Amino acid sequence: MSGGNIVARRPFPAAAREELGDAQLRANLRKATHTIRDKRLRVVGEVPDWEALRQSGAAIKDDVLSRLPELLEEFEATATAAGATVHWARDAAEACAVVTQLVRDTGATEVVKVKSMATQEIGLNEALEAAGIDAVETDLAELIVQLADDTPSHILVPAIHYNRSQIREIFTRNGLSALTDDPPALAEAARRHLRAKFLSARVGISGANFAVAESGALVVVESEGNGRMCLTLPETLISVVGIEKILPTFRDLEVFLQLLPRSSTGERMNPYTSLWTGVTPGDGPQTVHIVLVDNGRTETLADDVGRQALRCIRCSACLNVCPVYERVGGHAYGSVYPGPIGAILSPQMSGEGANRTLPYASTLCGACYDACPVQINIPEVLVHLRQTGPHPVAERAAMRALSWAMRDRRRYTAALRAARRGAAPVRWVAGRRGTVRHLPWPLSRWTSTRDAPLPAKQTFREWWATERGQA
Amino acid sequence: MSARDEVLRRVRAARPAVPVAVPREYLAVDGAEDLVALLVDRLLDYKATVRRCNPDELAGTVAELLSGASTVVAPSGAPEGWLSGYQGRVLRDGEPQQLAVADLDAPGVAVLTGCAVAVARTGTLILDAGPDQGRRALSLVPDHHVCVVHSGQVAGGVPEALARLADPTQPLTLISGPSATSDIELNRVEGVHGPRRLDVVVVVG
Repeated sequence: MSGGNIVARRPFPAAAREELGDAQLRANLRKATHTIRDKRLRVVGEVPDWEALRQSGAAIKDDVLSRLPELLEEFEATATAAGATVHWARDAAEACAVVTQLVRDTGATEVVKVKSMATQEIGLNEALEAAGIDAVETDLAELIVQLADDTPSHILVPAIHYNRSQIREIFTRNGLSALTDDPPALAEAARRHLRAKFLSARVGISGANFAVAESGALVVVESEGNGRMCLTLPETLISVVGIEKILPTFRDLEVFLQLLPRSSTGERMNPYTSLWTGVTPGDGPQTVHIVLVDNGRTETLADDVGRQALRCIRCSACLNVCPVYERVGGHAYGSVYPGPIGAILSPQMSGEGANRTLPYASTLCGACYDACPVQINIPEVLVHLRQTGPHPVAERAAMRALSWAMRDRRRYTAALRAARRGAAPVRWVAGRRGTVRHLPWPLSRWTSTRDAPLPAKQTFREWWATERGQA
Repeated sequence: MSARDEVLRRVRAARPAVPVAVPREYLAVDGAEDLVALLVDRLLDYKATVRRCNPDELAGTVAELLSGASTVVAPSGAPEGWLSGYQGRVLRDGEPQQLAVADLDAPGVAVLTGCAVAVARTGTLILDAGPDQGRRALSLVPDHHVCVVHSGQVAGGVPEALARLADPTQPLTLISGPSATSDIELNRVEGVHGPRRLDVVVVVG
């Protein structure tokens, strides 16, 4: 029912182990995530009504999910009336086919792209390439990743895993000259490289941060101006939009335009935000297409606990505060949606492959929940997915046995007594810690990632009985 | 079944049927006392150049800011008076034809526009393609953008500013400082594809 670049090929633990071996990667991630954390805290701290904004943001998104069929139909009607053509796609393959055909119809063999998670998700660049169409990424970080023939590792800054000198190397390898590895010099090199492409492009492809049902408007939030170039200069504009991006009214933007920039780049406002409603004669693309994509979103919507993941506005604040993300980086998650939000979004949108290991890619510390501008309770969904996901046969059998023993007081007391007798020989190994670090096979599978506590020498009931003489 | 019908059918089957009440306890009015001072502070923080002047000084201030530009592009509705002190060549967009992108991209070209509303709290200029702002490419392709803001156009926060827009279905551009990127080590660097120099003239009085 879904597909594209959201299905991990390797289990998270295996991928994470490999990434952890890269000391340069960890240094780069630590520097970047700590920079952005401090900035975010500073600009969020100066907003007195931040919690009220979060509450409204979460409620607006929940309202959208409960009225989604009506709002989608309303958006289709208003966007069409404004001159756009609206298309629908059930999954990644269908979305790619629709966009490819639209580009073919224009006769163009090159398209310029605004950074977009939806097009990354459906694997659009790969599909266009297979059709002989060059897709040029114009966001600086996406350009770096594309030139390096790599995959994104962060929602907002796909090249977060590279530092400045690595970026200069990638540029030099691809014929972009930057005099130094100073960020302004690197930005200048990207400007020169892309300028001609912007001015000659006939087709632009974008995503959208928001789609307004009452007017048919789309919104793109960006920094560099590459988005404005792609949204303004080409004759044809194709926007790929997930069905959960709908907002009921223009007024709702007053909430999200406050929440999103401060949460994502730690700015009071991002440099550029563009809104367009269908076609405006004499201003911007005169042919406008919108492709509404499901690709696993309706499966996510069907889960009472898990559907809150669809509130996500892709700010990536949760990635930047996550102790697991900070150490393993985005590639370990195997999906274009990494980090805490990816750990709940990817497995829900696609239960395939290694995605079922992703809900375990967390310490459940809750920092992501605190940072989320739309109050997605990520730890709650992680636990829910762990509970409802598949478990090894031996683990299930052990838990069933434990549950049987714990349901009856006499059985439980007897079991504790037996466990204490059984643990006596290993108690001297555990020493004062009271835990065992390594158990023999097959229990070693449990202790490979955690300590095993030993039963207490005395239970509370026994202590009570000796102190008060009553059992 | 068409993709449209199939997606809508799935959404109907999956959506929670419970109506959701949306609280709006956040500030509708920002409450800052000196909006112009706040706007100037925020613009400077983004590395924009800011000049405050009274209406009589506007033409002189604009001419001074544009002194390095050999050509100035202006939307057809920009008041004559804004450019009365400027000595270089003036190209009016749409008189009679739209300027070519190559004209906008030529070296030494600057653009002069007004704006619809400014947001003091975030240092944001909102352009809504009004007569003194023109189409979106004008404030995008030239490397130097001079924007005239009248103090009466300055709103406190985002909600007030959006509510002031006459027609939100016009193409809207929100501009907060010169073009920038945070893509290298998550540090903000000014100057990528949009205008690398943004000058804001705040006309008070």
